[in-house]
Amino acid sequence: MISIIDVIGPSMIGPSSSHTLGAMRISKFVYNLFNSTPDNATFYLHGSFKDTYIGHGTGLALVAGLCGMATDDPSVSKADEISKRSGFNYEFKAIDLGDVHPNTVKIVATKDNLSHEVIGSSVGGGRIKIISIDSISCNITGELPTLVIENDDVPGALESIVRVISLNSVNIAQVSLSRISKGSKIANMILELDDELDNSIIENLRMLKIVKSMIYVKSLNYAS
Amino acid sequence: MNVKFFNDLVEISEKTGEDLHKVILNWEMLDTGYSSEKLIENTSKLLKVMEEEYASKKDKAFKTLVNLTGTNGKKMYNYVQNAFVGEKVFKAATIAVTMAENNASMGRIVACPTAGSSGVMPGVLLVLEEYGIPRDRLVLSLIVAGAIGKIIATRASLSGSEAGCQAEIGSATAMAAGAAVYATYGSAKQVSNAAALSLKSLMGLVCDPVGGFVEVPCVKRNATGATLALLFCDMAKSGVESVIPLDEVIDAMMSVGRSLPESLRETGKGGIAITPTARRLIKGLNDKFKISGD
Repeated sequence: MISIIDVIGPSMIGPSSSHTLGAMRISKFVYNLFNSTPDNATFYLHGSFKDTYIGHGTGLALVAGLCGMATDDPSVSKADEISKRSGFNYEFKAIDLGDVHPNTVKIVATKDNLSHEVIGSSVGGGRIKIISIDSISCNITGELPTLVIENDDVPGALESIVRVISLNSVNIAQVSLSRISKGSKIANMILELDDELDNSIIENLRMLKIVKSMIYVKSLNYAS
Repeated sequence: MNVKFFNDLVEISEKTGEDLHKVILNWEMLDTGYSSEKLIENTSKLLKVMEEEYASKKDKAFKTLVNLTGTNGKKMYNYVQNAFVGEKVFKAATIAVTMAENNASMGRIVACPTAGSSGVMPGVLLVLEEYGIPRDRLVLSLIVAGAIGKIIATRASLSGSEAGCQAEIGSATAMAAGAAVYATYGSAKQVSNAAALSLKSLMGLVCDPVGGFVEVPCVKRNATGATLALLFCDMAKSGVESVIPLDEVIDAMMSVGRSLPESLRETGKGGIAITPTARRLIKGLNDKFKISGD
């Protein structure tokens, strides 16, 4: 249900909600994956993003998002200078990602030994859809806190994870499951939650035997 | 509270004697769970962004992303004393253009309802504020504008790529006209009439940005919106009514939007975007914006 506050806002950096704000939200999602600015990133621009990266400030918005800036921070327009000072290296490349939304970007970023690859689309009015995280297909908006889990593909895996979350009275909004390969016995799980998780719950999840690795991504906080 | 039409809100207000903004706040709480206090507080923050941005940029020239605009607000600012249309209207148009140029240069704006049309609402609200309308009243008027926009968003569209510029500048004008009526203590019915007159007069307006960039003709159309909003506010308050009610005008706008060819819906492939001058300007820009292939 669309809210009045979304109609008369948000406060944002211009010039375009889909080419600037949406782009920034996608890269902010990647920033939240690392919980900090990565060392290096490559932005692969698809479709109209390829054409708007200067004229609509899409490029600056993508850089600003990975620098962790707020989506209405006036220094977004100086993101290139700011990133240089902080030692964040990036490049833009054109790509054809096939049958995806025209405003789509693939971001490959690394920090120390950690690397993430995210594909996201800006679908209008500043709303985004993350369609892939580290090669796991998904369909998430970034509006909700998200858990990306790699787990043993054994019976009861989902149940044991859900139990930890629901015992802490957090509601699960959406779950997507996928299996990397039957032979490897490793599967992936992406859960969108209605509330942020406390650190203690995150640690409890990490301690589960079936959890191989886990990333917690904070909400993009659309309303603020 | 199942509200599908703006007129539902007007009727509830008329029947119960409750102020229109209170009816809207109730509706919003039932519809989205947004409390009245929170909505008022966040709306006030949006108005603050408009106030701060204009105050800090009112006499400045902008370096916009593709440099097709950027100095118009400043020119108008220096001309206001000479304006034949009068100070209030010309100031509203000046603020609208300045805020739209701020948008085009990656400044902070309020997408009300979109980034491309973000000059219209501050144009109207900041002039009302300068001429003595209390700030609290402007916040409530912005909420009333939001209700008009929300009905347009649910029944039709606020997107230029879906329904043309009529859905962006047209909707912004309808919202601002309604806000101006409410701010100046007009009735709920007059709010609805001012919005309907606005949308009717901009019906069919196409989205034809040169190069696809939010500069030409977007920046100056914000002046159109702010000017018309004030005109239709006064017309509605003088007693002029829209023969066709707002909700029907909204539906008609969407039907016109659906029949617009894709070339006139934000693709930069029709209207003024393909004039000889536009083509020449774009040719110069294109070489500058190429990136390496994959």
